[in-house]
Amino acid sequence: MNPIATVADAAAAVVTARVDVGAWIGGYPFRDVPHPDPETLAERVLPREGYTAAWVGHLPGAFHRDPSSSNATLYRALAPHRERLHPAPIVRPDWPRWEATLAEAIAEGAPSVRVYPAQWGLGPGHPALAELARACGEAGVVLHLTVRFEDLRQRHPLDRAGDVSAAVLRGVARLPGSRCHLVVAGAGRELIEETHWGLTPLEQGRVWYDFSWLWGPPEDHFAHLVRTIGPERLAWNSFWPLRLVQQCRSLIDLLPEADRARAPDTAFADGACIAEAARSATRSH
Amino acid sequence: MESSSTTRHDSSANRADGMEPLGGAEPLIDAHAHFHSPFTNRADWETYNASRLGAGRRIGVRSHVASILGSWGYTSPTYFASPADQTRANDFMVGLAAQHGPLVRAYAAVNPNFTAHALKEIERGAALGAIGIKLAAGRRADDVLVDEIASAAAQYGMPILQHVWQHRRHDWPNQDASDGLDLARMAARHPRTTFLLAHIGGGGDYAHTFPAVLDHANIVMDLSGSGVDRGMLDLALATVGAERLLWASDLTMCTGLTKLRALSHTGATPDDISAMRWRNAVRIFPKGAFDGALGRSAPSGDSRITSAVQA
Repeated sequence: MNPIATVADAAAAVVTARVDVGAWIGGYPFRDVPHPDPETLAERVLPREGYTAAWVGHLPGAFHRDPSSSNATLYRALAPHRERLHPAPIVRPDWPRWEATLAEAIAEGAPSVRVYPAQWGLGPGHPALAELARACGEAGVVLHLTVRFEDLRQRHPLDRAGDVSAAVLRGVARLPGSRCHLVVAGAGRELIEETHWGLTPLEQGRVWYDFSWLWGPPEDHFAHLVRTIGPERLAWNSFWPLRLVQQCRSLIDLLPEADRARAPDTAFADGACIAEAARSATRSH
Repeated sequence: MESSSTTRHDSSANRADGMEPLGGAEPLIDAHAHFHSPFTNRADWETYNASRLGAGRRIGVRSHVASILGSWGYTSPTYFASPADQTRANDFMVGLAAQHGPLVRAYAAVNPNFTAHALKEIERGAALGAIGIKLAAGRRADDVLVDEIASAAAQYGMPILQHVWQHRRHDWPNQDASDGLDLARMAARHPRTTFLLAHIGGGGDYAHTFPAVLDHANIVMDLSGSGVDRGMLDLALATVGAERLLWASDLTMCTGLTKLRALSHTGATPDDISAMRWRNAVRIFPKGAFDGALGRSAPSGDSRITSAVQA
């Protein structure tokens, strides 16, 4: 028996239609990442890991001041792969004419747009972030917010942005009358709990959390959150190309049996159901 | 190199439900594990221990090589455990190992600031079945206080699992963390001792660690830690090679499973993967340490298995 085939096949055996909410293409300024190209993601990684499609951002743009060229690069690079790779361009709401950038994203069929408040210095309650959140809600586009790219302990000395705080997340989720649907990427247990339990049930229902950074056994933070906030608030996320894409699969596979029975793969959120929720909200008023 | 398929081991999974382990059927040794004792800072310590053993069963871990770091901060700091706390923790750890047989093996954890106590704990641990020494972060790895411990490790034929911060650019709270360069200096002073550099994914910049230890064949590294950066495993394999890497989980068994699943996509050969899963552990720990776990009836000192020091 080939031990490699055994492990890989076991992981790939559970394949269902799901959309990854958090991949990027392009390089990372502080270290080398293998295969930052769209071809590898579309043709090898997503099918292998049981994803039918992914929301894809352009990683270098997160560190640019003006996202225009980054978005242009993203649209161009994804053009041959649109069936699987759905563009998630950057909209920087404190940059002039951001409304046009959002309109372009909508025209391009983007299911979500990316924001990087830590990199832009947008703190809790920043009015620009609030404006964008409201506009996304009205347009039925999901707002995707990245808390961190790397663990704090390994960051480059020039990478001083820090992590996005729970106060920023609560500020976006609490906007009165907002229909903004928010995906939070890269959060750990504490940040998720400080956000989720600081929201009303209505507000909670518009926020999803990438679960790929949570800890499984023996700490079992993931199992705890599956029991407390529910699998429907936790979204499949590959974090490609920065992190190993198998992490969400491993976390679910290692859930205690009772939790696994209550939370099959399909109980967790994915890009398809979140995008539909955002679109549905625009029809509900 | 001999293929793993020709080695003698029990290939049956250790899952009670008969299903193939999530991490594959081939033997798997976790070279960096922890448990809690009743003298700890958390009320759910038994749940924690049960969770590790349960997840290990599902992944296919044949042996958890584990330590308890004092009281985990309850009555003395985790990385600066008092002698009384550490003795109590080691007592519990060797008891747990005795209770679970081949499934759990013990490190004797010591604080080098109390050198005489540390040496006594190592001697006592060896007599009670401990198969390695665990050093946390009570002193830097190259501190002279660690010299006698490194000598004792060579005397007993036990490796030292050294807690390491990958590229320590400044002091971090609650520990005197060491990095690859610190450990390399100690390894140079003690060529007969095998050092297991802890958790390349456990915080800091692993890219600094690999070249820092490259020239010291008596340093091997474990893959554990919550970090699952893409490129980390590839870089480790390319820099130091599979013969100096050991699979392990430390505090996050989920990332351990993820790394197992990712290894086959790094270009590692089946033989490389066997080395990381179990064969390197068999090589660096005392002879016969995993015979029970591997289903072997004879001592595991295959002629091809020589220590990194001898190589």
